[in-house]
Amino acid sequence: MASASLPGAAGGLGARRWLAMLARDPLACLAALFLLLLVLAALLGPALIPESAGRMNLRLRNAPPFELANGWLYILGADTLGRSMLARLIEASRSTLMVASSAVALSFLIGGTLGVLAGYARGWGATLILRMADVLMSFPSLLLAVVVLYTFSPSIKNIVLVLAITRLPVYIRTARAEILELRERMFVSAARVMGAGPIRTALRHVVPFVLPTLLTLAAVDFAYVMLAESALSFLGIGIQPPDVTWGLMVAQGRGYLASAWWLAFFPGLFIMLTTLSLNLLASWLRVAADPQQRWRLEPGGKAGDAP
Amino acid sequence: MGSFIARRSLQSLVALAGLIVLVFFAARLTGSPADLYLPIDASVEARQAFNEKHGFNDPLTEQFGRFLVDLARFDLGHSIRKDRPALEVVLEAIPTTLALAAVTMTLAVAGAILVGSLAARRPGGAVDRLGSTLSLAAASAPDFWVAISAILLFAVALGWLPTSGMGTFWHWIMPVGVLLIRPFGILVQVVRGSMLGALSAPYVKTARAKGIRERTVVFVHALRNGLLPVITVAGDQAAGIVNGAVIVETIFGWPGIGKLMIDSIIQRDFAVIQASILVTAAIIFAMNIVIDLAYGLLDPRVRHA
Repeated sequence: MASASLPGAAGGLGARRWLAMLARDPLACLAALFLLLLVLAALLGPALIPESAGRMNLRLRNAPPFELANGWLYILGADTLGRSMLARLIEASRSTLMVASSAVALSFLIGGTLGVLAGYARGWGATLILRMADVLMSFPSLLLAVVVLYTFSPSIKNIVLVLAITRLPVYIRTARAEILELRERMFVSAARVMGAGPIRTALRHVVPFVLPTLLTLAAVDFAYVMLAESALSFLGIGIQPPDVTWGLMVAQGRGYLASAWWLAFFPGLFIMLTTLSLNLLASWLRVAADPQQRWRLEPGGKAGDAP
Repeated sequence: MGSFIARRSLQSLVALAGLIVLVFFAARLTGSPADLYLPIDASVEARQAFNEKHGFNDPLTEQFGRFLVDLARFDLGHSIRKDRPALEVVLEAIPTTLALAAVTMTLAVAGAILVGSLAARRPGGAVDRLGSTLSLAAASAPDFWVAISAILLFAVALGWLPTSGMGTFWHWIMPVGVLLIRPFGILVQVVRGSMLGALSAPYVKTARAKGIRERTVVFVHALRNGLLPVITVAGDQAAGIVNGAVIVETIFGWPGIGKLMIDSIIQRDFAVIQASILVTAAIIFAMNIVIDLAYGLLDPRVRHA
């Protein structure tokens, strides 16, 4: 990839060109818009609708959705205690996104570093890292999480840790595979011949090429981790009340399926929309970040021409 | 080939050993079973007697030693909850889950081969676009929510299917359907990718030039080569199906290993937790080795050195 400095290649992409490429893919555009709104709602929610997530109104117990008679806050109905579903969903989005992003950041940093080390240093250390990854991979992650979370109390910190640990192997393996291929490339050898030490070679010449792959992986992983956290919370061993996430809301609404379907349906719908948006955006990113496929998203390229 | 299997087996054994240690000590940390099995107002003496009887008073190392000796004799302890040997309880639940997993994986692989091959035949065509949208949606769907929504629609609103339990053919539809989503979505992508490669190979051109029917070209000539990566991924997915089984079995009241595990964790039935995790892990590790072997048998080019 010696073309990095050529105009129009990886390094020289302005924000405007990225936006233009996003506009070429309507689905990815919608996904980005949804995620942007979601993050804004999560960040600004408490300021916009202070305390309405906790305010009970027993006259509105299980109020049905899509009725404006009770004000726009109750557009998605109310829960069993008469709290606004919309406000609850926004409140839950904060912890849902927080848990997932901390877990992904943690496994990205630790897994990426371990993977780079395992690719660079040969010897028993690398073997140990890889064997550990194999062991983690070969066992169903949910079971591991179930065992650990029952042992230690299911606090937010422990859930983030468990989720991060179960996702480590993915980053380790991907980073290592990329490094193994990159370290034999001409420009890496050139750097080494010119006297760059192993640390400088790794940080300046190799890691920048691994990062885009790992970032795309992180976007997909964010969706995966969100689903895992929701599943744990749903089983009752994830986030505990009074904290609330979407998965927990589905679990709490499960008992009212016959009488108030919206209690379980809407939180699940939001999980689905968020993960779907992340996956759509990640598959767009894979094309947009690849110099050989990018033409599909540029003027003149044939849109909808799947790679 | 022989040394490869030996190495894989050794690796699995090490993993299993690590798991045994983790499971034993993790289960002991969850709290005292005496609090759960005796009435709240049980006397201190009664608690003592209970702990004495089940050996919970001995030092942990001693308990662990005893656990290992018993393990060597295939004695995985006694279920406190059911008052029966733990292994017996677990082995009773295993076939239920295996049946569910087998039906699901068969349908997922067959469906994915069909949809994936058709999608690869015309990249960008209608089947391809539908297939990739479906598989993306499948990778994004929270399975517990799909399960609940399915109950809402088919059992509560329409009344077509039973909500839980097993027995008739109708009981299988929702659990299998929900469990199918994740592996199907991933497999469609894998089949499509590897068939795209296979279909552009020279031998496919030759077969077409000879005038062989298109169906035969795609599903016989190309598929045989395109199938190899599919087997690997299907193996991974089959192991991961345990993840889904825990949720599906809990929601649909399916008396399999996933439900057993959750129930015994809540009831602090140590012996059954240990037994079910060890048996599940052993099955998964055995399956991984079988898949590696199958890979070598199916593809003469991959004879493990």
